[in-house]
Amino acid sequence: MAMNHNRPCGTFDTSYEQTMSVVRTPLRWTILIIFIVAIFVMPRVFSGRLLSLANLIGISIVAIQGLNLVTGYCGQMNLGQTAFMAVGAYSSALFISKLGFPWLLALPCSAITAGLVALLFGLPSLRIKGFYLAMATLAAQFIIPTLLVNIRPDITGGTHSLIVRPPVIAGFKFNTQAEMFYLIMICAVLATYLTKNIVRTGVGRAFIAIRDNDLSAEVMGINTFYYKSLAFFICGLFAGVAGCLWAHWMRAINPDNFTIMGSIWYLGMLIVGGIGSTAGAVFGVVFLRVIDFIATDVSLSLGQQFPEHMAFFQSAFSVLVQGLVIVLFVVIEPRGLNERWQLFKASYRLHPFNY
Amino acid sequence: MDTFFQSFLSGAAVGMVYGLIAVGIVFIYRATAVFNFAVGSMMAFGAYLMWTFYCQLSLPFWLSLVFTLLGSAGLGLITERLCLRPLIGEPILSSVLLTLALSYLINGMIVGFWGTVDHELPSIFPKSIIHLGKVSLSHEWLWSFMISFVIILLLSLFVRRSRIGLLMRATCEDHVIAEARGISVESIFSLVWAICGLITSAAGILLALQLGVSQSLPLIAFKAFPAIIFGGLESILGACIGGLLVGILENLAGTYITSWVMEVTPYVILLLVLIIRPHGLFGLERIERI
Repeated sequence: MAMNHNRPCGTFDTSYEQTMSVVRTPLRWTILIIFIVAIFVMPRVFSGRLLSLANLIGISIVAIQGLNLVTGYCGQMNLGQTAFMAVGAYSSALFISKLGFPWLLALPCSAITAGLVALLFGLPSLRIKGFYLAMATLAAQFIIPTLLVNIRPDITGGTHSLIVRPPVIAGFKFNTQAEMFYLIMICAVLATYLTKNIVRTGVGRAFIAIRDNDLSAEVMGINTFYYKSLAFFICGLFAGVAGCLWAHWMRAINPDNFTIMGSIWYLGMLIVGGIGSTAGAVFGVVFLRVIDFIATDVSLSLGQQFPEHMAFFQSAFSVLVQGLVIVLFVVIEPRGLNERWQLFKASYRLHPFNY
Repeated sequence: MDTFFQSFLSGAAVGMVYGLIAVGIVFIYRATAVFNFAVGSMMAFGAYLMWTFYCQLSLPFWLSLVFTLLGSAGLGLITERLCLRPLIGEPILSSVLLTLALSYLINGMIVGFWGTVDHELPSIFPKSIIHLGKVSLSHEWLWSFMISFVIILLLSLFVRRSRIGLLMRATCEDHVIAEARGISVESIFSLVWAICGLITSAAGILLALQLGVSQSLPLIAFKAFPAIIFGGLESILGACIGGLLVGILENLAGTYITSWVMEVTPYVILLLVLIIRPHGLFGLERIERI
């Protein structure tokens, strides 16, 4: 994939390692290091709402990279990402409070729980695809929260919120937004890096082959059932990590946090960013979360300007903006922000002769 | 036994309305190969429109019904023209996401125009309750069952017998060949969306007569999806029977197990059907070629 884009003039690969590496040139290394340092300096500069927005973005990135693998790379539609997040959130909270797991153990355990649940709902993908598969994952979206409310309300708290303790690693308690920020960002960076790496391997190529044509992939000897299941499992793992982070970040979880609207929203981020690219997923999350943030602010100030329409601005404005942004992107730029970014880079590289 | 018949009948009554919604989805799918997730919101839109004409502007019932149907058909047309037509030829995910985002958008519009307060739509049916032995049934459910049934019957006749129905079936088979034979595929698309607007608003009004006009109406439409999976995406009759089955099984599960099981039964059935018989009871099993 990375090899398809044209390179800046004079950049040649001289070894196989260089061709295959994720970060190819010294300049890119510099940019990457500056970027990562910038991320980790953020809590010193920002505070309050901006920091919690950044945390939300980080958690969404983890969730969206999983969705990107299963939907963007493997082509299997998933309308149940928030339901799988709910599994991660609840299992992590319960592992810690009921079984006394340390947080570092609860994180992988909840991820695996969510992965197994996702695998279960991905099983029909053996025989079905497209809309039918969307239906199966939609079923997850309705079944899981209902089960969480009803099946053992004494453990999950039923319709009441379940209070979650902040994560503790080696005696250090992640209590504030800034402290959580580091934890979340490490997960977000790792998730992005892992996704980028998975899609370069044989597994990733199998995913892409299945997405492009699953029958051809099967004819070529790819075990489609195994790889589809694997895609769902990995997607669930990511969702579980995101859910676990969400639970310990919000400190209180409720089945109402994990509705169908959230899943739609995640798919929207994927489309807005550009489906089937790790950078695009990050673009999409940042773009839509920031739009949402701004829309909430604008609607609050507009509500103060026009008190007679207060209710409209409070309840409808940001939903309308969100819906409109996704619709516009799907209709006008279905390949997403990443496509624009690639075009921009290409025209910049070819600058004086951009034809 | 009486409890059984009681929940069977009320399940059938609500199931027919699910079937009606499902037919709306199947209609669009058959002609345009787009799966319309926005039916729930279109349904709620119809119900709110009806409430505005009938209760707020206090127009006569039939007049407000006509206006509502016109408005909903208009919504369908606008949706198709502005959002769906540019997507012809794009991957499935785009159209799925688009209709999902549309439902977001329409819900937002509903909240914006009508607020979050629930309303009641005064019933036009007799208030009394029909007793059949020990089984009792309200007039509203009986009428909504019959009205839904008649609408579904008329639609399937329309598709089978009329010339426009023939054009629609041709379009559904193959867009390019249909176009080459001189069928205006675009106007068929518009027509189908307008009809879907009509059907969904009818279903919305029927449901609102019993459940009131509220924000939870769009969620009910999600029950139509299991109905479609049951019946197969290709068949109007299948969608209708699927709706009935979902309604009946849901009510029976609610009666005999516990009430919250009612919420998940349709989706559990959906999963089972998907695993055991993925193309539904009446759907066509497509053979794929590369």
